[in-house]
Amino acid sequence: MAKESGIKSWKELNPGTAITEPGSAAALKTGDWRSMRPETDRDRCIKCGQCYIMCPDMVYTKDAEGYYAQNHYWCKGCGICARECPVGAIMMNEEVD
Amino acid sequence: MSRRVGIEVSLAVAEAVGLCDVDVIAAYPITPQTHIVEHLSELVAEGHLDAEFIPVESEHSAMSACVGSSAAGARTFTSTSSQGYALMSEICYIASTLRLPIVMAVANRAISAPISIWNDHADLMYARDAGWIQLVSENGQEAVDLTFMAFRIAEDKRVSLPVQVNLDGFIMSHVIEPIFLPDAQEVKQFLPPFEPLLRLDPEKPITIGPVGMPDVYTEARKAHDEILKASKPIIGEVFDEFEKQFGRRYKIIETYKIEDAETVIVAMGSLSQTAATAIDAMRQRGVKVGMASIRLFRPFPAAELVEAIGKAKNLVLLDRATVFAGGEISGPVALEVKSALFDRGLSPKTANFLVGIGGRDVTGQNFEEMVERVVTAQKGDLPPYEFINVRE
Ligand code: SF4
Ligand code: SF4
Repeated sequence: MAKESGIKSWKELNPGTAITEPGSAAALKTGDWRSMRPETDRDRCIKCGQCYIMCPDMVYTKDAEGYYAQNHYWCKGCGICARECPVGAIMMNEEVD
Repeated sequence: MSRRVGIEVSLAVAEAVGLCDVDVIAAYPITPQTHIVEHLSELVAEGHLDAEFIPVESEHSAMSACVGSSAAGARTFTSTSSQGYALMSEICYIASTLRLPIVMAVANRAISAPISIWNDHADLMYARDAGWIQLVSENGQEAVDLTFMAFRIAEDKRVSLPVQVNLDGFIMSHVIEPIFLPDAQEVKQFLPPFEPLLRLDPEKPITIGPVGMPDVYTEARKAHDEILKASKPIIGEVFDEFEKQFGRRYKIIETYKIEDAETVIVAMGSLSQTAATAIDAMRQRGVKVGMASIRLFRPFPAAELVEAIGKAKNLVLLDRATVFAGGEISGPVALEVKSALFDRGLSPKTANFLVGIGGRDVTGQNFEEMVERVVTAQKGDLPPYEFINVRE
């Protein structure tokens, strides 16, 4: 839980809140911040990869068919991918969970 | 072996920093601190001190460079005054919560306006909430000794916080005094090599100074506060160790003729040297007056102070800085003292005086007047504070 949320006791913090493990931000579950969820309409998608390039949180990875799949552990719902998709294939829908 | 030399206090502080074998000095000159950094740059330029002297373009850059060098594991020193402190203050708050053991000499000076290069404690008070340890010296020897101790306190792994050594601008910084300067070997014995808690190192990358979201910021500040609290006994330990090696005794609260004193003057910095002379004169006339002098302003040693002054009937509380709080509460030092007393259920008669503002002299006569004022006034009649030596 601590790794996902970054929540710790003050006694466990490194001096000066230093981060001593490189790349540890990957463990931070920024998906918890999301109120809008991007959903891709594969019928419209032209596999251009703009969403993959523009997403600030490395949410997209190319799958075997050439579509871009989302990892919701990191997607914070900022909507950049939906804004940048040239064919409007990504819809931002309200997060229900 | 220590040698006793007649030397300007600023130069002696610079010599002391050199004896501590600092690795990096990043500083910008400002009166009355100038001679400290000027002499350090000479020591480096002439090859007497193997250190990096970074002549930055502003105090903001000075403290920024200090943060970088300290984080890289270098023993780091800077010095400033007044407006210079104001400009660097943004980074000072960062240096402390990042736990970087930078040592800074502050040659205390008033803050503009009007433009004043002369002494008061406005910068010391400005720095009060920045999370540093604040040591205060009363004379040149103390400024030198506290410089050695500042590095030892700052770099103690149980502390790892930046430390300020305050010395009154001009009154101390520009005065030639006889000062014992130890030799490099003695200082080396007192001050072990700097081993940082964490270090920026390309072989083992870490991040120093990341963002603190609301779910970590409170914990980060709490951790800093706890470390500052925990530093007080360690400061006492270092004072003891210093006495063992060099024979000069330092206390968190210094006292003078306080045992049977009915009236106690609470002072800070070089004021207490004048006060001691005035106390001697008053004692000659049978006035039971003594003094407590605050050596450590942050963390504030409330327990030690109350231990020293708790039995006094009357207190003369001195503030060497103006306060703009609306007139219904006291000056900053007096507020701390009153809070410490209140929390322990004590309420002696107190008078708070704003003295020595912007270079105004404070005389022995002034001390006699202040003592007279608190002794003769009715308890409820004293205002939260009064200016001394102000022309009506
Ligand atoms: S909403 Fe933002 S974080 Fe989520 S996938 Fe799109 S660009 Fe990335
Ligand atoms: S930006 Fe739109 S079209 Fe391009 S790959 Fe992503 S979803 Fe498909």
